[in-house]
Amino acid sequence: MFEGLRALARGMWTTLKHVGRPPVTLNYPDVKRPLPARFRGRHRLYRHEDGLERCIGCELCAAACPSQAILVIPAENDPEHPVSPGERYAKVYEINMIRCIFCGYCEEACPVDAIKLGPEYELSDFARPDFVYTKEMLLEPEKYAPRRQYHPDVDKPRVIDVPPEDDLGTVYRTHHPIGANTGQAEH
Amino acid sequence: MADVLVTLIRSVVLIGILLTGMAYMTWFERRVISRFQVRIGPNRVGPAGLLQPLADAVKLFFKENITPFTADTLLYPFAPAIALFAALAAFAVIPIGPTLSVGGLRVPLGIADVPVSVLYLIGVSSLGVYGLVLGGWSSGSKYSLLGGLRATAQVVSYELILGLAIVGVVIISGTLSLGVIVEEQAHAIWFIVLQPLGFILYLIAAVAETNRAPFDLPEADTELVAGYHTEYSGFRFAMFYMAEYVNMITVSAIAATLFLGGWSFPILPGPHWLLIKMLLFLFLFVWLRATLPRMRYDQLMRLCWSVLLPLGLANVAVTAIAVAAVG
Repeated sequence: MFEGLRALARGMWTTLKHVGRPPVTLNYPDVKRPLPARFRGRHRLYRHEDGLERCIGCELCAAACPSQAILVIPAENDPEHPVSPGERYAKVYEINMIRCIFCGYCEEACPVDAIKLGPEYELSDFARPDFVYTKEMLLEPEKYAPRRQYHPDVDKPRVIDVPPEDDLGTVYRTHHPIGANTGQAEH
Repeated sequence: MADVLVTLIRSVVLIGILLTGMAYMTWFERRVISRFQVRIGPNRVGPAGLLQPLADAVKLFFKENITPFTADTLLYPFAPAIALFAALAAFAVIPIGPTLSVGGLRVPLGIADVPVSVLYLIGVSSLGVYGLVLGGWSSGSKYSLLGGLRATAQVVSYELILGLAIVGVVIISGTLSLGVIVEEQAHAIWFIVLQPLGFILYLIAAVAETNRAPFDLPEADTELVAGYHTEYSGFRFAMFYMAEYVNMITVSAIAATLFLGGWSFPILPGPHWLLIKMLLFLFLFVWLRATLPRMRYDQLMRLCWSVLLPLGLANVAVTAIAVAAVG
């Protein structure tokens, strides 16, 4: 019986020692965990220095994606007003963030370093159609992709000036449904 | 007539204080158990999470009161009220402070100081059993029934141990009145020194009475969903929850009164010392919950009947012999 009591006392002392230790809780969202350098968050499409888009519409990222979350519909570059260096550009480039598993295969597959995964991970939103990120949102996320998570004590209100004629659309497109016809270069 | 009014007002004030104290007991438990687990408890709602109990109360108040189809319509809403009533009523006889002399008038602090307050205490805590057994049975569900039966058997068995521990104190002090017991401790010595075994028995019985860890099998989520309060929701569940915490406060107050001298202390006696001693016991309750795994039901009952009951009887016998010998 006394061994039992001794064990009890030792157990109680063990938990009591914990009170002296500083808690390990992070007060998110006031404090956020520091991220590793190669953290895979939200994607971003990049441009060259002269302003041309890097993406050449080769669809390698769409092919590499394990969840088939990327939709690329390429089109031929108009020689007078090229969008990208090369013959093709991506006319439609959409990533369905709900399907995306943030594996980074698209970043690895891209031959021209057009798509990279950045550090943003606070991507909550309210409606499924809003999770289909279009090319505009991926090219210039600060301007077009609104952050829905808003903490008044931490964030300042963001003014998003979307030009009125820009209709980002609310159509929810399923990407690569079985047997569908996807991605044909227009003539 | 004026006496009745004064007592009524005092009772209402005491119930208000108890319920607020119970709400902040939940805050205390959540913060302290978090420190035992090396984390911060609720700290978002109000400064240091102090408005969390209010948020919980509002949420529970607005939840729907579901009554199961098979429930006994008369007893089902009644059971949590019985549990809460018994828990609150036991606090009436606890002496909160010394008898003040205000302008020639003797004002005892506390609601009532009946000469048989110990008997009243044991009686009222036995009433609380009705809340458990009726809650379990009237829910009309097998988990609730099993949980209610287990809770009832556990509480009734440990009430015996509680009684035996209290009898030891009664033999030493020679009176059933809690006010006199506290005054005797104020003049002589705290009864924990004279009754160490009784104190330990009382503590174990108190933890088992309030269905707290490690004796919380009747309401263990992993075993019986939630035992006798499985089917309750909304405010009725809140009443069971409140009854458990008020019970904790009451047994802490009784332990402080019977064994640690209540409001008495060498320096500046008063109600604040009772509060400090109660906080010590409440901290002990939370510490036990943070440390110990749950006891299996048969281990629990075996502990009561094979170990604690003989110890309790031996304690009473030795105390009686010692008191008779000393004279």
